[in-house]
Amino acid sequence: MAEYVAPLRDLRFAINELADLSGVAALPGFGEANAELAEAILEEAGKFATGVLSPLNWPGDQAGARFDAGVVSTPAGFSTAYQQFVEGGWPALGAEPEHGGQGLPHLISAAVSEIWNGANLSFALCPMLTTAAVNAIARHGNEQQQACYLPKLISGEWTGTMNLTEPQAGSDLSAVRARAVPEGDHFRVHGTKIFITYGEHDFVPNIVHLVLARTPGAPEGVKGISLFIVPKFLVNADGSLGERNDVRCVSIEHKLGIHASPTCVMSFGDGAGAVGYLVGEENRGLAYMFTMMNLARIEVGVEGLAIAERAYQRALAFARDRVQGRDIGARQGDRVAIIHHPDVRRMLLTMKAQVEAMRALSSVAVAALDHAQHNPDTEQRQYYQGVFDLLTPVIKGWCTEQSVEIASLGIQIHGGMGFVEETGAAQYLRDARITPIYEGTTGIQANDLVGRKVALEKGLTARQLLTQMAAVERELAAASDADLVAIAGEFAPALASLVAATEWVLAIYGADVRAASAGAVPYLKLWGVVAGGWQMARAALISHRHLEGGGVERDFYRTKLATARFYAEHILPQAQALERVICKGSASVLSLAAERF
Amino acid sequence: MKILVAVKRVVDYNVKVRVRADGSGVETADVKMSMNPFDEIALEEAVRLKEAGTATEILAVSIGPAAAQETLRTALARGADRAVLVESDLPAEPLGVAKVLAALVRKEAPGLVILGKQAIDDDSNQTGQMLAALLGWPQATFASKVVIDGAVARVTREIDGGLETLEVNLPAIITADLRLNEPRYITLPNIMKAKKKPLDQHKPEDFGVDLTPRLRTLRVEAPAQRSGGVLVKDVAELVTKLKTEAKVI
Repeated sequence: MAEYVAPLRDLRFAINELADLSGVAALPGFGEANAELAEAILEEAGKFATGVLSPLNWPGDQAGARFDAGVVSTPAGFSTAYQQFVEGGWPALGAEPEHGGQGLPHLISAAVSEIWNGANLSFALCPMLTTAAVNAIARHGNEQQQACYLPKLISGEWTGTMNLTEPQAGSDLSAVRARAVPEGDHFRVHGTKIFITYGEHDFVPNIVHLVLARTPGAPEGVKGISLFIVPKFLVNADGSLGERNDVRCVSIEHKLGIHASPTCVMSFGDGAGAVGYLVGEENRGLAYMFTMMNLARIEVGVEGLAIAERAYQRALAFARDRVQGRDIGARQGDRVAIIHHPDVRRMLLTMKAQVEAMRALSSVAVAALDHAQHNPDTEQRQYYQGVFDLLTPVIKGWCTEQSVEIASLGIQIHGGMGFVEETGAAQYLRDARITPIYEGTTGIQANDLVGRKVALEKGLTARQLLTQMAAVERELAAASDADLVAIAGEFAPALASLVAATEWVLAIYGADVRAASAGAVPYLKLWGVVAGGWQMARAALISHRHLEGGGVERDFYRTKLATARFYAEHILPQAQALERVICKGSASVLSLAAERF
Repeated sequence: MKILVAVKRVVDYNVKVRVRADGSGVETADVKMSMNPFDEIALEEAVRLKEAGTATEILAVSIGPAAAQETLRTALARGADRAVLVESDLPAEPLGVAKVLAALVRKEAPGLVILGKQAIDDDSNQTGQMLAALLGWPQATFASKVVIDGAVARVTREIDGGLETLEVNLPAIITADLRLNEPRYITLPNIMKAKKKPLDQHKPEDFGVDLTPRLRTLRVEAPAQRSGGVLVKDVAELVTKLKTEAKVI
């Protein structure tokens, strides 16, 4: 089976030409970063992904993680690969320098994330969760907690987990029941947590769990949840590992996909109670989690993008190789590879165009996060924070929903060969399927977009982004190039649909929040389709300038221009249909009473 | 001991090379370039000798266009301590390269020079040998194992009949074969450190070397397309075809 190859050229285009890496690198605190360094990093990450992580993806899926009497084993090769990953220094990429991180921009670390996830999603989840734990402790932990845990989590010597979900508390974390009882300088934690990714495994000697639990007398609901550090092994004053803590994995889930990633049921406090250390203040746990949630959601969006890219690579290789039938336009002649059939081309381009649009939009979003955190100008920071916050649910929801569709198209291109597991195409669909679910389902993302990100700020950021899109529309309208004219013709009505739907959301949210919520997922998808089209239109304008200027890499820019036109003509027309669904369809969603289903 | 390692920027080994339409060479514009794989092995061997305490400093040298700086940055990330680019846009022919390297060796006085046995672009397999001749140093080519023992190097090399071990006095020239070692993955901290390591730039004139080509390429063409095979019904037919069609027996 062909190994994953990091899409270095398109990554470079997205981070340099669309997301302006040089502008990000010029921000205070990013002294080291530039295009040359980014290229070296992406190139070496790509080699590691192709040589080490990708070959484990399919065997890992087939073998799966195993649970036996409390011991969790990852598939053959995973633990060794993790040691190599740590020796390579990769876990430290985006972490802050004061605790041993490299302090590189999110724009670079997100691109590297795409590479790990494309090569092996099940593997990449472990460092991804560790990064989330690092962010939590770095932002909200005290000095002693930071000194104790951060260096080893950042180096990858230990890994981290997020323990939020309980059987009765999924999307609604206000129902969390785990208890934490104070005892001297620590707490004793009791309770059961489910769906804990890499909650137990054989990579490292210690696992640092971040656990949501209630202290005695805490208020009901979301305002009574606190955050605790619960290490698998207690850490002695000298940093060595001490007593085994009272936390155990009691089983792992049998899942549709990401088989190699152990999804654990964790039991805290079967005995005297697991020793836990309060992070920050009591009852602020959920608020702390939310400060990290956006980044984790972008990461999951990037997972969707990454699997979609891999599904495309696999389908493309198959379409070039598989010979079936003759060219439909020729009466005779040899049998041809199926890439010569128009419908196969259409499917391949549907995959490729959307993958590139997703990569472009997520790069622009993470660049906004870098500005939000590092720009010296307060107003600029606020503006970029708004952009990042608004685009987060779009990227999480849209990239992951599309990844399922794209992985499914990948199977379709394989025909019957895709439906059997041996070709590997099916794994991408099974793996992709979790991404619209975890870290907040698409429905949750869409409600966040409609409510917090658009309506509550009265459309401030939304209108700023729409204004930027309108500027691109004007630039396209002034063009005479045939491809750009065609793109302009599709982008203008699509943008008008997003404007109209946004005005509808703003008008109805206060009056009828249920109606707004009924249209929320189509509205999120509309944002993805049009904002993706906005980035592809920018890509087309940039490519056109390169081609006009007689620059190098003409094949790349010609391909980009053709792909952008395909996106405009095949994807953007969905916008008008979505607008109608949003603005007219909410009544029919709510007309059927629950008991009449 | 200082080790000098020569690295060449070549078309990446994953690229399917295309012959230029005018037959003057292969297409290198807009093509991914990277370090010659045999040079990666040479460099890895130097790094291992340094890790073992045998070597104290590794100098990476490239003769090529300005863009070969990227190749040298990679060499620095792989463990070279400093790098020298001798910039020239002329084709890097073995004799010219050997002359530049000889001048650098006289200036830097390394105890050992390791090169890839050949570059995968022109497959000349000459530079190391020419360099040894120019310097009057011993040479051990196609190394699959290198042991430094005081003032000598014992080099195992792959020859047609098996393995041959040579002992050469240092300083010497060694060229690396495929099985000498397996280069490791570059680590992120080393990529970051490579940015700060020194990379000096020179011109061939600085060493009194004229790189004007002495070879003339008449024409470059792609190998003939393979035609489909046929099934023969018996040995007699096979022998007949070999005689009459293939004309090989």
